[in-house]
Amino acid sequence: MKIKGKVVIVLGDNIDTDLIYPGRFLNITDKLETPKHLFEMSHPDLRAKIQNGNIIVAGANFGCGSSREQATAAIKYANIGAVIAKSFARIFYRNSINLGLPLIISQDAAKEMQESEEIEIDFDKGKIKNLTSDKDISAISLPKQALELIEGGGLIASLQKKYGK
Amino acid sequence: MPMTIAEKILARASGKKEVRPDEIVIADIDIAMSHENGDMVRKSFLEIGVDKVWDPNKIVIIFDHRIPAESEKTATSHKALREFVKAQGIKNFFDVGRGGICHQILPDEGYVWPGAVLVGTDSHTTTHGAFGALATGIGATEMAGVWTEGKLWFKVPRTIKITINGKLNPNVYAKDVILYVIGKISSNGADYSAVEFCGETIDDMTIASRMVLTNLSMEMGAKTAFTPIDEKLKDYLAKRDVKGNPDWTLKADPDAKYAEEIVIDAEKEITEPQIACPHEVDNIKPISKLGRVNVNQGVLGSCTNGRLEDLEVAAKILDGNKIHPDCRLVIVPASQEIYLQALERKYIEIFIRAGAIVNPPGCGPCLGIHQGVIAAGENCVSSTNRNFQGRMGSKDSNLYLASPAVVAASAIKGYLALPDRLKDSNDKEKSYFSDKKLEV
Repeated sequence: MKIKGKVVIVLGDNIDTDLIYPGRFLNITDKLETPKHLFEMSHPDLRAKIQNGNIIVAGANFGCGSSREQATAAIKYANIGAVIAKSFARIFYRNSINLGLPLIISQDAAKEMQESEEIEIDFDKGKIKNLTSDKDISAISLPKQALELIEGGGLIASLQKKYGK
Repeated sequence: MPMTIAEKILARASGKKEVRPDEIVIADIDIAMSHENGDMVRKSFLEIGVDKVWDPNKIVIIFDHRIPAESEKTATSHKALREFVKAQGIKNFFDVGRGGICHQILPDEGYVWPGAVLVGTDSHTTTHGAFGALATGIGATEMAGVWTEGKLWFKVPRTIKITINGKLNPNVYAKDVILYVIGKISSNGADYSAVEFCGETIDDMTIASRMVLTNLSMEMGAKTAFTPIDEKLKDYLAKRDVKGNPDWTLKADPDAKYAEEIVIDAEKEITEPQIACPHEVDNIKPISKLGRVNVNQGVLGSCTNGRLEDLEVAAKILDGNKIHPDCRLVIVPASQEIYLQALERKYIEIFIRAGAIVNPPGCGPCLGIHQGVIAAGENCVSSTNRNFQGRMGSKDSNLYLASPAVVAASAIKGYLALPDRLKDSNDKEKSYFSDKKLEV
């Protein structure tokens, strides 16, 4: 799996799920309705800026905190193409795989990328290229099974194949 | 091969003789818990297209995050889940007024036991390691998978062993111990790992206090966390209608391999209450280093610190005192059962006379939905588990996490304060904990 996209925002460490999706909107249980509150509190202007396939870049421990799947759903259904971070918190990581949101781990991404730069990610090879600065950036890809699940559209699609009518 | 507690449980649950860290196993799930977000699970489950859940007896639904319903949206989602529970024959359902916070109800109603594999659509599911269960939080779609198949893949975690020795100093509680640990190893210091707490300090703690450690282990990234499986736990569970078969022999092998071993001398290192300052749980400072921090609200409750021993500490401090005129104190018992016990012991009366407001059992204001949301410019001292920016309301508010004792003392003073600096109603210095040992 390969994608190309523009960086829409570069964030720091410990971006928690309350920042990604505030608790007061957890009574929304329809995944498609979640993007309207994405980063509403900390980056209220971001939502309007996002174009299909944009990339979020962050530091360590992205998605720490609550298990709320709305945090992953809000990113996924805002049509973000991928999240690159130094590291991901455990539940967010699993939620992303299950919802089919591509993630990739990179120690240097946050310092090697800026807003609006064009990035290419090769998820299978674990390679990131900053097309704007023409720099290769080291990365670690997700396990093969996780990438397959993401490419197949996530856990629901996979279980539908197995059990669905 | 010697194994840690997490390795032993995952080996058993995946039908293997032994497992090693980083190995992927597929484990059978003993208990699958959801709260209101069960409605999101329900939607994903319906999308999958299976008619019946794998085992209605192993699914537990407990409403706690938004009770009673704070909005029409929530009311609608509660209703949908009630109907689903009925249609699927899920009997383990705790509706509004019938339970309390999920992490209190699970052990108290017998859904947790040593050796169990428990998943919950709530990050603080790690709490149940205090009962010897491998317990961890998962998302809604993943839970829909569990409802379908009754099993889940796990990467066997590496284990960090944290040994804590020494008597706790005056005014130092389990909350201060775990905040100290989080400050030491950071908010991702235990990422993807299991934690085993041991040592004489832990042995001496009540089960309620041990739950504070396993609960907040989530805030250092832990996948799961354990405290000792011992006689104290046996006594606790003996009073409960335990639904599974506890493994009372469960403990780490003496030569089990740990990824890291941390030893803490509580007596020497944790000399005073610890405070998690805005806006990260690992931003820990001892209270004496903070200077004067005015507080507009205190919150006592949550899955972290809403138990009877927490209410007892607060009652002792608040007895005969008044909340500071510029401060509110919101108290939320963790469950209906705890609420009743607090009533019987007259704690609730003490709270009301002191000028506190007592909320119905549930998560209350912890996640900023209702029942005590804070405004821009306000400071809140809270016994809860997260102080992320905007967690309890405005993004321009500040949350300080502390023990129940500090919350109660601060509410009286109107600023972050130590209980033993308080004065009684005659303005005399009063020591609250000099000779009383907590027995809960």
